Amino acid sequence: MRQVCSFVLGDLVFGVEVLKVQEVLRAQPMTRVPLASSMVRGLINLRGRIVTAVDVRARFGLPPLTADHAPMNVVLSSGDGVVSLLVDEIGDVLTLDEADFERPPATLPPVFRDVVVGVYKLERSLLLMLDVERIVTPEQSPSPVGNAA
Amino acid sequence: MASEDDEIMREFLLESRDNLAQLDRDFVTLEQNPRDHAVLSRIFRCIHTIKGTCGFLNLPSLERLTHSGETQLSRLRDGELLLDGHATSTLLAMADGVRRVLDSLERGAGEGGEDFSPILAELSKIGQATAPAKAASVPAAPPVASHRPPASLRPVPAQPAESAAEAPVEAAPRALNVGDTTVRVDVALLDRIMNLVGELVLARNQILKFGTKSVDSGLVAASQRLNLLTTEIQAGVMKTRMQPIGNVWNRFPRVVRDVAAACGKKVNLELEGADTELDRSVIEAIWEPLIHAVRNAIDHGIEPPERRQLAGKSAVGRLLLRAYHEGGQVNIEVSDDGAGVNLEKVRARSVERGLVSAERAARMNDREVAHLIFLPGFSTADSVTTMSGRGVGMDVVKTNIEEIGGTVDIASRSGFGTTLKIKIPLTLAIIPALIVTSGGERFAIPQVNLLELVRLEGASSRRGIETLHGAPLYRLRGNLLPLVFLNEALELPGPGAGTDVVNIVVLQADDRQFGIVVDGIEDTEEIVVKPLGKELKALNVFAGATIMGDGGVALILDVLGLAQHTGMVSATRERAAIEPVTVATGEREARERLLLFRVGGASRVAMPLAKVARIEEVAPERLERAAGRDVVQYRGTILPLIWLEQELLGEPPLTSAEPLVVIVCAEGERSVGLVVEEILDVVEEVVNVQSHASERAILGLVSVQGRVTELLDVPALLRRHEPSIFTRKGAAA
Repeated sequence: MRQVCSFVLGDLVFGVEVLKVQEVLRAQPMTRVPLASSMVRGLINLRGRIVTAVDVRARFGLPPLTADHAPMNVVLSSGDGVVSLLVDEIGDVLTLDEADFERPPATLPPVFRDVVVGVYKLERSLLLMLDVERIVTPEQSPSPVGNAA
Repeated sequence: MASEDDEIMREFLLESRDNLAQLDRDFVTLEQNPRDHAVLSRIFRCIHTIKGTCGFLNLPSLERLTHSGETQLSRLRDGELLLDGHATSTLLAMADGVRRVLDSLERGAGEGGEDFSPILAELSKIGQATAPAKAASVPAAPPVASHRPPASLRPVPAQPAESAAEAPVEAAPRALNVGDTTVRVDVALLDRIMNLVGELVLARNQILKFGTKSVDSGLVAASQRLNLLTTEIQAGVMKTRMQPIGNVWNRFPRVVRDVAAACGKKVNLELEGADTELDRSVIEAIWEPLIHAVRNAIDHGIEPPERRQLAGKSAVGRLLLRAYHEGGQVNIEVSDDGAGVNLEKVRARSVERGLVSAERAARMNDREVAHLIFLPGFSTADSVTTMSGRGVGMDVVKTNIEEIGGTVDIASRSGFGTTLKIKIPLTLAIIPALIVTSGGERFAIPQVNLLELVRLEGASSRRGIETLHGAPLYRLRGNLLPLVFLNEALELPGPGAGTDVVNIVVLQADDRQFGIVVDGIEDTEEIVVKPLGKELKALNVFAGATIMGDGGVALILDVLGLAQHTGMVSATRERAAIEPVTVATGEREARERLLLFRVGGASRVAMPLAKVARIEEVAPERLERAAGRDVVQYRGTILPLIWLEQELLGEPPLTSAEPLVVIVCAEGERSVGLVVEEILDVVEEVVNVQSHASERAILGLVSVQGRVTELLDVPALLRRHEPSIFTRKGAAA
């Protein structure tokens, strides 16, 4: 059994381990970082701590969210820092059975394969489980080519 | 000199007392487990340290005592002896003897002249098979000389063998020790408090922002009080972390002696400003670079005695380490009176080593050539000595200093010597910074890198900026200053058409100057440097980020990184060369930049901009009176104020609730503030002084913007008010 915090990006459902999630916040004022890669949307003041907001859509090459829809922040504490993932919507915390877990299918596009550790089969959809440590690793180039791990 | 020795002695006493307290506990542990090697080693080290320092402080009696103790301890440590009760008591008697000498030293009574021969004799008997444990322990009780009552102030254990455990506890009440007035604090705790103060500063900034918007006088008053308290706490906490640079310098006499001996040179070391205080993090960071700099000065700078005499200099070289505060920074100078940097040799060697092209080397000015010694892999040493010439040297100095946000400069006169000038921030945690805007974003520029601000308006903004092969340039007092448009460099949107104001922030990065053009200049603020996440570490344009008064985040520009990013490579300008000439008395004609201000109603006064360090607004409640004059606390120093209205018009200073406009003039190491009514403008005018006899501090009348304006005679004014400014400067020269 595993507790997973789920969130939605477009029509995809993702999950991160609930213990890695520090908090979930509404849209926050952000300071953009010039010259940074497109996956870095900006910096957030999280009670005096400066946290980088990662645009997960940009990370996966999805089209940006429409302007009238403010993203939510999933603040993760990972290894040596805190990072915030910008997502469309927050889902429930799910308790999942390891029996429903499978390795990522080989057909998954390389951008996902880098950070998706596996797939949980939910009743109506599939949940892509993310590796928190890997999602914040800076990419060397905006388009990861042949970067299969 | 005497006070320095006192300081060393104080530290020695403090440290030795701590160590001895530990020693007593250790002996007891050891008696129960005589083979505990770790404890034995600790005891040995403790006694060894005291002995070592004795030699240094010239305490022969204490040295003899600790020496024989050490001899026995080393035998114990090496397993030649096993500790028994007798040995323990004897060693403890030795420790008590040490304590009595320390007591006596602390009272200022020297070593006390006690005769330690019975203890010494006992010590030498340790381990001799014949030593009867009980009988021997009695003479080990140190005899108390009856004619010296102070020694009896503390109880001497009559039976050391039994009182081993109680000895430290039994210490009788006595006059306050050095140890009683100081507290040892864990550095990690200090660091945490410092972080919290950083947060407090940010919270204060935010409250102040609300306070200025609010009409609630209670809130305004409370926020101002919070402001003052925060500033004081910040200063207090910073102070607890401060250590005199002397702590580092104390190690130099030895280093200098060794290096000089190894190089076959004679060097006389002078230390100035040892009480200059620095944050401990900074102190730690400068030790290595300073050692390098000093080695270099002796090895490469100071000539061998024969050559010095040939050159008509004293055979003994002079090495001066000087530290002083200036403008919120600490300056450290390493000067020698040696041969100076051999520029031709440097030029040739850098070409030879492939560090610069021959063509480029030929075009470099002297200053640029001198700076070549900071390149990695540079060395002019003909032979590799143990000290230098191995290709690591000045580049290490430079890199280490830059890592802590400092700068390194070198000035050299052939045949007269070299001065290495290191500027470092007082602290690394909270720094003053200028906030600018560009492309709708705010950026903080550390004040360390800031030289000046230039604002071009109206027609001059359009013709002010010229381009050379597409590279924008500005003529700053006759020299070309390369420009970077910050929004272009950072790929941000431009300010849009229709603005006819150009703000240039003149920066110093490395040894070069350049200007960045920003959309707007806001204010200076104390900012707390916060690191960026690892996903942004690759961006060398930013040094970190900070939280602004409104809670937003602003990025801190890394000026050096920005210079590298924008490819600022050419156009080195010597700073001294663009400093404008000061006004001399009499009639002369020269274009000069003047600060124009109003004093008391309609009187227009100008002064050379070069004399202006800063312009500040000071809340009237910050005024204090000291030594019969008005002063304000300003950047950690006390700034005396001169009321120009009173000075020039003879009218008493007005008391008002409005903030005072203060022009800060720096003269040498001191500053004064001139209180004026209003700053009008900065103009560039042909200064044509019409002689004007007056005992007031007015040099004469000039026509500025077609209107008659009085030109302030700044040196005369300062001389009248602050004679010490000039005497000090004269003395230092």
